Amino acid sequence: MQLIECPWCGPREEVEFHYGGQAGVPYPADPSALSDEEWAHYVFFRDNRKGRFAERWNHSAGCRRWFNAVRDTATYKFEKPGFRTPSGGRIDRSRTLTFTFGGETFTGHPGDTLASALLAAGRHTIATSVKLGRPRGITAAGAEDSGGLVQIEEPFPDPMQLAATVELYDGLSARGLAGQGRLADVPDSARYDAKHHHVDLLVVGAGPAGLIAALEASRAGDRVALVDEQSEAGGSLLSGQDDGWVAGAVAELAGNPDVLHLQRTTAFGAYDDGFVLAVERRTDHLGAAAPKNISRQRVWRLRAKQVVVATGAHERPIVFADNDRPGIMLAGAARTFLNRYGVRPGREAVVFTTNDSAYDAAFDLHRAGVHIPVIVDARPEVPRADECAAAGIRLLTGATVTGTRGDDRITHAIVDGESVPCDVLLVSGGWNPAVHLFSQAGGKLRYDETLGAFVPGERLDGLTVVGAAAGEIEATPLVLWRVPGPSDRQFVDLQRDATVADIERAVGAGMRSLEHIKRYTTIGTAHDQGKTSGVLTSGIVAELLGVPLTATGTTTFRPPYTPVAFAALAGRDRGRLFDPERYTALHDWHVAAGAVFEDVGQWKRPRYYPRPGEEMETAVLRECAAARTGVAMIDGSTLGKIDVHGPDAAVLLDRLYTNLISSLKPGMVRYGVMCGVDGMVIDDGTVMRLADDRFLVLTTTGGAAKILDWMEEWLQTEWPELRVHLTSVTEQWATFPVVGPRSRDVIGALFPGVDVSKEAFPFMALRDTELDGVPIRLARISFSGELAYEVYVNPWYAVAVWERLLEAGRPYGITTYGTETMHVLRAEKGYPIIGQDTDGTVTPHDLGLAWAVSKKKPDFIGKRSFSRTVNVDPMRKQLVGLLPTDRGTVLPEGSQIIEFQPDGARPAPPVPMLGHVTSSYRSAELGRPFALALVKGGRERIGDTLHVPVGDTLVPVEVTGPVLVDPEGTRRDG
Amino acid sequence: MAEPTLSRTHPLEAWTAAFEALPPAVRITAEPYVPMFDVRGVTAEPNTWIEVDGGRAVWLGPDESLYLGATPPPDAAVTDVSAQRIALRLTGGHVRDVLAQGCAIDLHPRVFGRGRSAVTTLGQAGIVLLALGDDDFLVLVRSSFAGYLADWLLDATLEFT
Repeated sequence: MQLIECPWCGPREEVEFHYGGQAGVPYPADPSALSDEEWAHYVFFRDNRKGRFAERWNHSAGCRRWFNAVRDTATYKFEKPGFRTPSGGRIDRSRTLTFTFGGETFTGHPGDTLASALLAAGRHTIATSVKLGRPRGITAAGAEDSGGLVQIEEPFPDPMQLAATVELYDGLSARGLAGQGRLADVPDSARYDAKHHHVDLLVVGAGPAGLIAALEASRAGDRVALVDEQSEAGGSLLSGQDDGWVAGAVAELAGNPDVLHLQRTTAFGAYDDGFVLAVERRTDHLGAAAPKNISRQRVWRLRAKQVVVATGAHERPIVFADNDRPGIMLAGAARTFLNRYGVRPGREAVVFTTNDSAYDAAFDLHRAGVHIPVIVDARPEVPRADECAAAGIRLLTGATVTGTRGDDRITHAIVDGESVPCDVLLVSGGWNPAVHLFSQAGGKLRYDETLGAFVPGERLDGLTVVGAAAGEIEATPLVLWRVPGPSDRQFVDLQRDATVADIERAVGAGMRSLEHIKRYTTIGTAHDQGKTSGVLTSGIVAELLGVPLTATGTTTFRPPYTPVAFAALAGRDRGRLFDPERYTALHDWHVAAGAVFEDVGQWKRPRYYPRPGEEMETAVLRECAAARTGVAMIDGSTLGKIDVHGPDAAVLLDRLYTNLISSLKPGMVRYGVMCGVDGMVIDDGTVMRLADDRFLVLTTTGGAAKILDWMEEWLQTEWPELRVHLTSVTEQWATFPVVGPRSRDVIGALFPGVDVSKEAFPFMALRDTELDGVPIRLARISFSGELAYEVYVNPWYAVAVWERLLEAGRPYGITTYGTETMHVLRAEKGYPIIGQDTDGTVTPHDLGLAWAVSKKKPDFIGKRSFSRTVNVDPMRKQLVGLLPTDRGTVLPEGSQIIEFQPDGARPAPPVPMLGHVTSSYRSAELGRPFALALVKGGRERIGDTLHVPVGDTLVPVEVTGPVLVDPEGTRRDG
Repeated sequence: MAEPTLSRTHPLEAWTAAFEALPPAVRITAEPYVPMFDVRGVTAEPNTWIEVDGGRAVWLGPDESLYLGATPPPDAAVTDVSAQRIALRLTGGHVRDVLAQGCAIDLHPRVFGRGRSAVTTLGQAGIVLLALGDDDFLVLVRSSFAGYLADWLLDATLEFT
């Protein structure tokens, strides 16, 4: 008959117990909501596995307590419950969570972390080290842990997490990592977002110092934010004994609507003007039960008039040989695991310390039944020696741990030559204030010899450090960085497998600066960013160099304090919301018409409208033919539009355009070019004069915002005396170019009040009319060389007017066309697209637009640059047409152009480049492909044949003028 | 000119059902079209709006105001921008929580109460924001960005649904 260990009564014969079935099967929250099948599953179905099985047992003949135990169903052996205390801690023992680690099943309780639940099962070893493959375990209870690196596999892959900071949830599946994690190869379905918040006071850290600061500000009527990385407030009090003060403080803060209190929220960066970024883990701890409509993580963008940093301190290890074995952990961490999580980290705990704080851990563990074979204190005098004697704990003073033994986990601590059996070794070398945010904010640190640590060394405006983070820590009379020993087994940065020997090599190579040594040894560059290794390195370097620590300093603290997922930083700016999609008033119509869209800046524009069975090429050839032989219509509403209004409007435009605008008569339109001061084309478009003092400037779709800013810059900074106002009206007008020889019939039919004859409504003229009471503006503008009209209307009526135009055009087979056809039509006429056929190095003259450059105006933006030597060089690249002589190749845009090679073979590099293809299409009108290109001295080469390498072949091309269709311009007036 | 008989459309027609499904804590409604004018030559208090002539006048910048459903003064320089922007009304107890997810200015009722306005950004869209009351805002956005902003707002309201 075997003995079963009751957590309360101890080992008893098994007849005293009743079996309670599988553990971790909760009564459904709402049985009435379950289907019969789901209910039956709850009532009748339980796992029946071979091997480790988490079960419920009742000590029915004893204390009548129910408890969970893990038993092997093949051997009947119970696992020693050993490490979980029978009571205490801040875990909910009434509920059991089941999780897997490395494929094994474990149980824990709400309130546990993955680390505490594994330690409760006696599991210390988590991972293997990145370079040496040495076993590594949990070394701390928080973000400073350097050993417990895990990969979460379920419910969603999440690499590089610390077991000590992963809150336990049902169904968690994780495994240890050898230094590097694995990213998910499926899209992350969780949501992420951000939120801005403004306060008078931001307190980082809800330990005692932070809670007091928050309470005082709250009582003073300030707007307060309190953020803390733990699952609950209390900070260091969670590791000790809290008498309820924390709960009272939290309740008081909760009663003030002007206090924002966020737990599970890590302030990871301090920036200018009181700006602090913090990431809140909102649903991580809920596992698969996380609500889908709540963001998994939120980045808080906190703006505070004052920041109080109350981030506490991290315990500092001591370096000795083989100090990286699983089972070696910080003393304070062991106390946290015991008091907060109800977990004994082991059965036999040797304590190695230089200061008094480790005695709290030793005595707490001793009272909880952990045997303390010896406390090894490096100090010759120990204030708490009497307490040790009273507790019957052996104390060695002036002694050190020089090494450890063990296979995987530690089995012995070597104490000045004596081998002491143990299964954990608790270490404390003092405490390092968590000065990360202070340092990030630009604060200078000062080495405090009484603490053996760096503390805030100056006052910062707007940021104050309080409590342990400010160095309010018990002094450490003896500062010990390392115990003498074999330096190649003395680990400084466990995550990088970097040892004292590595530091010795760096110093031996002549390095003196910590920043250089950090980069040479990689210390402090891993997941934990040197939270425990940074100050140790400073100390060891100072020792090796024989200089004081004030001379070595520390490396720079940079955000983020702990790793932040890119998904969290991206927030909701991903997928469809990654970049705004801009729509015209006709967007829904285009979608319904089956348009294929392309991105033009942020706009979604129809590229072409395929008919059933059509590819882009056939659709575009059809659309082009309709525009050249019948009538076609495009949604041109995306063109930028700027209202230029005021008595000096014409003066301003004369100074900004290369050509003369002031001579334009009201009711007329002119094409204009704008250049930068360097003489290079920045935008082009038409200018409508609506009245003596009002113009409508049309820009390219992509140039609208940039050109308005450009015009305002000159108006506001150079010519503030001009009485002109600029107003964006891009969305005020829907614009529909109606193009083709039959366009006059369509416009004439729909707008009978307008005389559309070429004499009465000449090219580049405007007419105002109306359609069923809606004002309409018509313009005779052509971007295709064909007879064409642009219809302008308030977009409220865009769909109605568009449909009326389609109806009026039906007798003529009116065809809608997209941007691809627009590009072909304009390219056939040699009209450049700014930004496609230009690249910021092209003058109007290079484009053949010398006719649009005024010779009369005394000055305009760009004029002076045109006469620079480099800009009158005849070998400048000029816009020309190219016709592939095989009549079949569509040259890839961007292709290089080289001299004709008589042998048809690629020349050996370097090959002189003559230019490149800027636009290339198949032309319905020409019956062959064609291209526009920028070619050195291109106009002089018209008629020549050049070569364009395409893949492995050289395509011969004939150089032509840029206007390939209707060079005489006979079609413009229909 | 005769009263228009052509039918109007609104850029957010496709979002109407989604807006109507929102709970009272985060109501979003597209406001009816009103005439809007960009007006120069009137002085106004920066970052505020006032009631004018049955409508509203919003400060946009030095020497520039936006008149919503109100007739501009006769001596002002005026540009018709009625269709440049659309207006969304946001009301409910969680509306500040929604706006704060994408708007960097301080929206606390003591700072941004009734009468305050801001030309700022929400998500990645430029907006004009008017506080009409404690839980009552008007958001003006360029018509072409209306769909983006509606999607963004619906995404930001999801946690209150």
